[in-house]
Amino acid sequence: MFLALRELAFARTRFGLMGAVIALIAVLMVMLSGLSVGLVNDGVSGLQKLPVTAFAFEKHVQHDAAFSRSVVDDDAVRAWRERPDVAAATPYGNSLVNARSDGGVEIDLALFGVEPDSFLAPPVSQGSRLSTPDGIVVSTTAVTAGLRVGDTVTLDRIGTRLTVVGVTTGQHTFGHVDVAFVPLDTWQRIKAGVGPGGVLPDRATRESTAVALRAKPGRTLDLAAGDAAAGTESLTLEQSYGASPGYTAESTTLRLIQGFLYAISALVAGAFFAVWVIQRKHEVAILRAMGAPAGWVLRDALVQALILMVGAVAVGAAVGVGLGAFITGGGVPFALSAPDIAAAAAGLILLGLVGAAVAVARVVSVEPATALGGNR
Amino acid sequence: MNAIAAVEPDTSRRHGLVLRDVSLQHGDGPDLVRALDEVNLTVAPGEFTAVVGPSGAGKSSLLAVAGGLTRPTAGTVLVAGHDLTAGGQRARAALRREHIGFVFQSGNLLPALTARDQVRLPLQFASGGRRGRRDPRDLLAEVGMAEKADRRPHQLSGGERQRVGIARALVTEPRLLLVDEPTAALDRARSHEVVRLLAREAKQRRVAVVMVTHDHDVLEHCDTVYEMVDGRLSRHG
Repeated sequence: MFLALRELAFARTRFGLMGAVIALIAVLMVMLSGLSVGLVNDGVSGLQKLPVTAFAFEKHVQHDAAFSRSVVDDDAVRAWRERPDVAAATPYGNSLVNARSDGGVEIDLALFGVEPDSFLAPPVSQGSRLSTPDGIVVSTTAVTAGLRVGDTVTLDRIGTRLTVVGVTTGQHTFGHVDVAFVPLDTWQRIKAGVGPGGVLPDRATRESTAVALRAKPGRTLDLAAGDAAAGTESLTLEQSYGASPGYTAESTTLRLIQGFLYAISALVAGAFFAVWVIQRKHEVAILRAMGAPAGWVLRDALVQALILMVGAVAVGAAVGVGLGAFITGGGVPFALSAPDIAAAAAGLILLGLVGAAVAVARVVSVEPATALGGNR
Repeated sequence: MNAIAAVEPDTSRRHGLVLRDVSLQHGDGPDLVRALDEVNLTVAPGEFTAVVGPSGAGKSSLLAVAGGLTRPTAGTVLVAGHDLTAGGQRARAALRREHIGFVFQSGNLLPALTARDQVRLPLQFASGGRRGRRDPRDLLAEVGMAEKADRRPHQLSGGERQRVGIARALVTEPRLLLVDEPTAALDRARSHEVVRLLAREAKQRRVAVVMVTHDHDVLEHCDTVYEMVDGRLSRHG
């Protein structure tokens, strides 16, 4: 580090500019990470917070549209309840509706139809739990949008009126839409498009979107065997995120952008250190002529790159977190997650170092004899 | 790693540098260049030897071979009794660290380092323990640079840079000092000052010194002068 630190201090403008570029990439990476987490929260936090191990959908359902296309009946629920590894199995309904409150708030809702006495019934932070047929428990984000406990919302087209009886703990959203938990019976009427006074067909009283499954403690669900017995097609909870509208496309896009940023970081660091090595070629020749081992020269150059990358990424990440704090809570789906930021920063440093290492490895091939004569 | 074993201990005691029938060729066929042509040279500890000659005569090649920077095509190079032609690149680098000091043109100092750090630099990668190393502060004082120890190369004159370069070359107490055109960028008075300093150090520290130069004015400070023409070495004058 003898030479590395002194060169960093001496050429501080040059290294500062380079560090600023890396720091800007780190800022961008933190913002992207925040957007990723925010979009995941917006897309599937309603699913993440369900105490579910897996969902059993209709057989042969299209996986990326399973929540909107799947229909299962009571027979499937009963078949799953008889499985030895299943602690609980309950029907689960999922549908998206447009609604308007009495206060004039227009809001889209993801209705999660659940049996009020099942393990899917949500805990509440305000108001009361699900009980009455027209009562709903809404996400805290719906409160941010303007709904209050006691408000009545009317669903578009069918005119069903529902009363907000409680508010969940934390954000529950699905496909960027606020979740409202509704009793399964009511959900079945809404799903069938039966408004007030209408008669629900008998078949519809036995249907739901999927069977929500919870494994016995310490047991792993044998999904294949359960599917064979129940005539369903199961996805684990994590696999089911892909069935949330837009989730896979959004995640893939952001991962792609992050990948490009990692590559850019490696290329920028590699290009900078490649030029740096060329400019220092004569100095490296002097070091080698004086007997400096190749490993010493290489180690010194790598330590220099490490200090630059760690310093610049730390500054960039700090700035990114500061900026993110302003954005969080606004209209943009953005959430800072320490493990995600740490992973992104580590990735930037690692790939930047790989780029730098490829460049500085050339110091070992510098010919020490070029230190002699007027070679510069 | 190819270790370089000490050979001929008597030679080691008597001579800092021995070159026997050393040749260095580049290319082949019609493009063959004989940079060194069966060169023989012996420099005793404390002896200050100069090599003069026109540009392209092979002076830098002589330094490169004597310092283990280049392996000769033929012949033997002994430094403090160690055969430089016997080992690989790592072994030659280790020998340079232990036994050889270089003084380059214009000092060739590293821009980021102060004069004190320039002198401390070789101690960072020198293996400890063979002999006591010189204290950088004492060395800088000895070459008259104690008061400018915190200055960087761009804050020093050409003569001062050269004096720092000499201190840097001596800090590991080498047996052989190879000096490349030390007066190339200096005026007459500074040239004498620098070469006089080299001569004094050679005598005081019993270091064998080989200096290649174009500058005939400074030869009065040297014990022996050789002339190199077309890769052949002969006594001068």
